[in-house]
Amino acid sequence: MEWIKLIGVFIVILGFALKLDSILIILVASIVTALVGNMGITGLLETFGTSFVANRSMAIFILIMLVTGTLERNGLRNAASDLISKVKGASPGKIIGIYGIMRGIFAAFNVGFGGVAGFIRPIILPMAIGAVESKGEKIHEDHLEEIKGMASGMENVAWFFCQVLFIGGAGGLLVQSTLASLGYNVELIELAKVEIPVSIFALAVTIIYYYLKDKKLMKKYYGASLREGK
Amino acid sequence: MSFFTDPEVLLGTKLLEIVYILIGLVSFNTGIKNALDEKNPSRLGTAIFWCSLGIVLAFGRWIPPIINGILIIVMTIPAILNKVKSGEQDEPTEKEMAQAYNEIGMKIFIPALAMGVSAIIFAIFTDLGALVGVSFGVLIAMVILRIYSERNSLKVFLDDSERFLSLVGPLSMLPMLLASLGAIFTEAGVGEVIAQIVGNIIPEGNVNIGIVVYALGMMLFTMIMGNAFAAITVMTVGIGGPFVLKYGANPALVGMLALTCGYCGTLLTPMAANFNIVPVAILDMEDEMGVIKNQVIPSLFLIVFQIAYMIMFK
Repeated sequence: MEWIKLIGVFIVILGFALKLDSILIILVASIVTALVGNMGITGLLETFGTSFVANRSMAIFILIMLVTGTLERNGLRNAASDLISKVKGASPGKIIGIYGIMRGIFAAFNVGFGGVAGFIRPIILPMAIGAVESKGEKIHEDHLEEIKGMASGMENVAWFFCQVLFIGGAGGLLVQSTLASLGYNVELIELAKVEIPVSIFALAVTIIYYYLKDKKLMKKYYGASLREGK
Repeated sequence: MSFFTDPEVLLGTKLLEIVYILIGLVSFNTGIKNALDEKNPSRLGTAIFWCSLGIVLAFGRWIPPIINGILIIVMTIPAILNKVKSGEQDEPTEKEMAQAYNEIGMKIFIPALAMGVSAIIFAIFTDLGALVGVSFGVLIAMVILRIYSERNSLKVFLDDSERFLSLVGPLSMLPMLLASLGAIFTEAGVGEVIAQIVGNIIPEGNVNIGIVVYALGMMLFTMIMGNAFAAITVMTVGIGGPFVLKYGANPALVGMLALTCGYCGTLLTPMAANFNIVPVAILDMEDEMGVIKNQVIPSLFLIVFQIAYMIMFK
């Protein structure tokens, strides 16, 4: 009856699938696993306490928040939007690509610009639309839909795969503690270093893919009239 | 106090403990501020959450594990009951931000980059550790911001951190809680059971096949759970450890890349609503899968790249 120990894993899967409260799922899975694993309530509380304290490093983000909000208050987002607006010969694909590079570099230093709500919608989208309109075209609805999808995709890829370069990010800390529980001690800087090729590849492949895709879409929707304009 | 005067304890460990006390105080400040905020719809629950978190973070080292355990359970109750809220928020206006940008300009990137730079410098050149470096960087950034403008007083920093912490809320604790769940899984022997099951499917001793199963397992399990952080502990204890690391593969490389293989799954699943579904709503998109569809190709390229990278450099 060893299999019964997997019940915690199934509670997690089921809980997330049913979109129950994440903290509730974790708590229930912990309690049930501790009980079927013969740890008892004392064992549960002690393991929880020990592990949480051992993983306090993950709360470093709380200290970082001391400057996150104040940086925004002092014009960080305005500076970022000014930086990206310096792109020459803009097309939506190019703007999204430049944003990816900027987002990736700053993600490696754990600096964000407000994500989809705070940056893509108010800054990147108008710039992309402006780039099409500046060629004397009205933006095609299907093209706009794709631009929205690509900009969000760029945001996600750049943040996920470049944030792991920040030494002290939650991902690295969790991997470090997971490996430590198996007896492998690794330094945070080593964890960041191994991700460098992955980050570069992630940015490059996404930027190239979106650039080519957008080029094709531009041709498809405005090709004929663009040629006439010349 | 004896801890801080003990010559046997490394300076880096002592400094890190001071960092934890500071983190605890910031968390405590968030609790107290919300408790006093009449505009907060749930003052008590919010205060219980942030204050008990603050106690565990600041003094956890000196509190017996079982008391820490109880405090954590206490902390999760208002979170589960949805009683952790944010109160009145003093958000900066567009005008305020534009005006500050006019004064400070591109120099704002200097304090923004301070934390990352400081973390790298401390990790490479000192024995104090990267996290002490991050914390030092935060301090530097605060000093620089203060030099830029008199308006950036300590109160502004504290209020802004409270604003952001309240905004993120209890879900910010998810990685720590998942790590604790992982510890319970390990303690109860869940990893061994998974290892037994996987052992029936893949041949023991073939590290390359182990890597492929570990990587694809992370991707698929993350798609199901919508969260790579939830997948990493179970998969590493169950598959990564016994089928890959045990045979001498580089733990930093394989362990860390397993997480980013999980991120390939995050890109492909509507379960990761924050990243893939919420943007659809924010951007008024027609197709609910519009973001995911644009992430399929990069994600597939990335998983293949990462598996090859792990196999070549294990």
